[in-house]
Amino acid sequence: MFSEYDVIVVGAGHAGCEAAAAAANLGSKVMLVTMNMQTIAQMSCNPAMGGIAKGQIVREIDALGGYSGIVSDRSAIQFRMLNKSKGAAMWSPRTQNDRTLFAQEWRQMLENTPNVDFFQDMVKGLLIEEGRCCGIVTGLGIKIRSKAVVLTNGTFLNGIIHIGEKQFGGGRTGEKSSTGITEQLVSLGMEGGRMKTGTPPRIDGRSLDYSKMEIQTGDETPGKFSFSGKTKPLTTQLPCYVAYTNDSVHDLLRTGFEKSPMFSGRIKGLGPRYCPSIEDKITRFAERTRHQLFVEPEGWNTVEIYLNGFSTSLDERTQYEALKKIPGFEKCKMFRPGYAIEYDYFPPQQLQLTLEAKAIPNLYLAGQINGTTGYEEAACQGLMAGINAHLKITESDPFILGRSEAYIGVLIDDLVTKGTDEPYRMFTSRAEYRILLRQDNADIRLTPRAFDLGLAKKEQMERVEKKLKGTCEIIQYFKSESISPEEINPTLEILGSAPINQKVKMFGVLTRPDITILDFASDNPVFKDYILKYEMETIEEAEILMKYEGYIVKEHEVAEKILRLENIRLGTDFQYSQLTSLSNEAREKLSKVQPMTIGQAARISGISPSDISILMVYLGR
Amino acid sequence: MNKNPFADDTIVALATPQGSGAIAVIRLSGKNCIKLVDTVFCNTYKPDKHLSQAKGYTLHYGEIAEDQTVLDEVIVSVFKAPHSYTGEDGIEISCHGSTFIQQQIILLLVRQGARLANPGEFTLRAFLNGKIDLSQAEAVADLIASNSSTSHQVAMQQMRGGFSNKIKILRDNLVNFASLIELELDFGEEDVEFADRNDLKKLILSIQNIVQRLVHSFEIGNVIKNGIPVAIVGKPNTGKSTLLNVLLEEERAIVSEIPGTTRDTIEDEITIEGILFRFIDTAGIRHTTDTIEAMGVTRTWEKMRQSSIVMYVFDVHEITPKELSITVGEIRETLGGSSLLLVGNKIDKEDILYTQREFKDFQDIIFISAKEHLYIEDLRSKLVALFDSKAVNVSETIVTNARHVQALQHTNSALTKVFEGLNNNLSGDLLSIEIRGALEHLGEITGEVTSDTLLENIFSRFCIGK
Repeated sequence: MFSEYDVIVVGAGHAGCEAAAAAANLGSKVMLVTMNMQTIAQMSCNPAMGGIAKGQIVREIDALGGYSGIVSDRSAIQFRMLNKSKGAAMWSPRTQNDRTLFAQEWRQMLENTPNVDFFQDMVKGLLIEEGRCCGIVTGLGIKIRSKAVVLTNGTFLNGIIHIGEKQFGGGRTGEKSSTGITEQLVSLGMEGGRMKTGTPPRIDGRSLDYSKMEIQTGDETPGKFSFSGKTKPLTTQLPCYVAYTNDSVHDLLRTGFEKSPMFSGRIKGLGPRYCPSIEDKITRFAERTRHQLFVEPEGWNTVEIYLNGFSTSLDERTQYEALKKIPGFEKCKMFRPGYAIEYDYFPPQQLQLTLEAKAIPNLYLAGQINGTTGYEEAACQGLMAGINAHLKITESDPFILGRSEAYIGVLIDDLVTKGTDEPYRMFTSRAEYRILLRQDNADIRLTPRAFDLGLAKKEQMERVEKKLKGTCEIIQYFKSESISPEEINPTLEILGSAPINQKVKMFGVLTRPDITILDFASDNPVFKDYILKYEMETIEEAEILMKYEGYIVKEHEVAEKILRLENIRLGTDFQYSQLTSLSNEAREKLSKVQPMTIGQAARISGISPSDISILMVYLGR
Repeated sequence: MNKNPFADDTIVALATPQGSGAIAVIRLSGKNCIKLVDTVFCNTYKPDKHLSQAKGYTLHYGEIAEDQTVLDEVIVSVFKAPHSYTGEDGIEISCHGSTFIQQQIILLLVRQGARLANPGEFTLRAFLNGKIDLSQAEAVADLIASNSSTSHQVAMQQMRGGFSNKIKILRDNLVNFASLIELELDFGEEDVEFADRNDLKKLILSIQNIVQRLVHSFEIGNVIKNGIPVAIVGKPNTGKSTLLNVLLEEERAIVSEIPGTTRDTIEDEITIEGILFRFIDTAGIRHTTDTIEAMGVTRTWEKMRQSSIVMYVFDVHEITPKELSITVGEIRETLGGSSLLLVGNKIDKEDILYTQREFKDFQDIIFISAKEHLYIEDLRSKLVALFDSKAVNVSETIVTNARHVQALQHTNSALTKVFEGLNNNLSGDLLSIEIRGALEHLGEITGEVTSDTLLENIFSRFCIGK
């Protein structure tokens, strides 16, 4: 029924969709297999993309030629640049999305991508020949052959949903779980684990009294994720609301603890500390009298509301009664209760930096199956797995991003090198070079690399070149041109900044805090004409580069020095067991992780600087 | 600080064994080391000739000076990459062997931008630059392995008193601070209360307070390590040198009946009840026309100011309580923080009660006869008691390792940047760079450096400068 594919992607969530698109766009013949064609790119949890550190990842995906940025822009109902009051490296774009539209846009993007075929069935096993993965077996018993397989099973592998004392198999509410793959991978020598996550109840927006909540509107001048010209910023936006729990909500929730799967020990998997359930919050932070909740609309044309911050696995009755104690929720109607879900994952130290399983060549794992949480984390792994699966079967060099190049590089390196016990979420603090990894320069950092791969189009590359050229010109202008007191002092006065006494270089004035490039245009028509030739994005880039110049130069220097460690390759055939000078712990861990470089080895927990010195000595370097 | 083994900044260390010798060799390596030494070196015969212009394997005679003050006359050897031990440009300064001079020169070079080398760092660079072959290197690896497990404990053992404890508290405070900053950055959207900027400033100041006290304790620590300086002063011919000899239990100073025999200061050390005292015999204090002796007197005042304890020796038969009172007043004016101990010498055993009554208004007074060895034990006990009661308290946290001091100073300057940043409303992402820097510097002492730690101390088994 099917001829051989280059790449089969199992699962059509954020990771699977990006993997399929990337491999196909690079030229692979791709089959995307999903249990349900109607739930492609379903947002299982909150209807939002981006956020702090995650927004940077979406920008990076876009810069690399992935689709998440475009899809998010097209389905957005609200845009906010978070952390705008912090430094430019912290600015983080976030959209609130129309859940249905998001899935539709993704499906359309995939359908319009040549080389992607679809099939609806559960995948219950892998075809393994001579130890290598070469296809899949579906629930109907159909065998489909391929040169590589990308597994993106999300929460579906042996998924169990918990609501109070009830528990049942499922990968998402109303959807069956997937069985067979875990057992097979374990039999092939992979180690499996169990994780837990949860989601809040969905509410009928018509039953809420918004006058009792705080409104939270989108940015006045909304931005967008995609660097491409394919999307436009929003012209109208929907607001979110902020509500708060109180002691009576907490008291009511506590009545359900007895039947709670978390407290009874029925849930064995470890949940994310960064995204705790409401029952976790009131237990661990018992002293707090209220917790913040975000009331988020699910789309343009629906009354459905997502109650962000109220993730729970208490029984549905307790959920409902507690909800009604929230100010504004007195008459609330619940569409469906929140739940907790437990699922299988595979500790990611079993993967190479390409996301290929060490034990099973040509098998790639991406997304929640690797112990991460979040759409963005999943999507970027899918993208990287798709790219690397294609590169492997075309016998090309792998595509690996460094920690100083991208959040994606930080994420994958952390997973593969250190592993994770709880669902891994990205934070800016995980990146040691976050001054370099900004949302504004993701295109400058990554598009040239994607262009070399053939994933970014020529048009996309030209946009980056134009932005770079403009940025350089503006910086040159500010460093060479002077400004007179008459031209700038009125503006400085308004901004509360000290006036200048004589002509000075514009650069000097710009490096003052709270002075922007556009401030120079207020009383200076010549400059205004000059600067408005450039796109806003270019002006902003030049401004950030000038204001941060000293720090950026310093971080680059540090990153480059450390890069030399990343360039010393260890290879997977290094016989650590024979290096008797190494401690037993070091030998064991190095054999397990099989770091590709000295730099990666140094980041493994438990590997001491002296172990690294010994390695370097044995490398004769 | 630099944890990267590929660093090529200038490192400096003493290449000869610690302690005094006839000469000492201070070694530098790094691509800018020759230029760096040029800033403090002046060729005696060709003042215009700079080391930067010199060829490799050449020797240069001249002076090491800071501003106009000459520290020492030295011979400088120049090595040009790759023809040096490390394979980088190198300098070896042969200076006079006194510990003081060695320290002064090294500190001067550090002020000019050099960094104290990590243990074995010269060897590491030699290895990375291909100057040592693999067979040598494998032996090196085994040595690292056998040593590394204990090295951290050794470092901790070097810390006296509550030092490691204080460092831990310090580190925890810093980690708390860093967390507060990260909280704002990564969880800015959530319902958490962020630290008040003024509270953060207070926290920084209190952390800096501890850091500075630790750095200060290094000076105290050095005092203890090198001996508590005790200046023996007094008018000529009151028996100072005799007393010194008695204390040292050997004929050290030249003793004669001619007043003013001791024209220079003489130093020696003795341990009393486990405490090291360094006695400094001085020329007598008097107005004199002899130029050489006058210089000796000037030097005496200097020595007194540098001492922890000043022992004023007088002849009980030659001075009235009134005269003594005036002299003591004069001495006290120049003393600063040091303690004054009055020693009435040349007592007659029979008259001691009378003498004690005569001088009863003075505190901290001891009567002895140096010549007859009378009551010397009392004097010794009094010295120990004075030391114990003084600010130099051994149980106080004390930093004794120069490297730890360097790390603390770096921590302190990083914290100063954080403080300035807080004052200037610097954004959190930039604040965090400095605070992480401070943590990393502190990690050099505690060994508990966080995730972004990279390599340090390859070949830490080896002595500095080897």
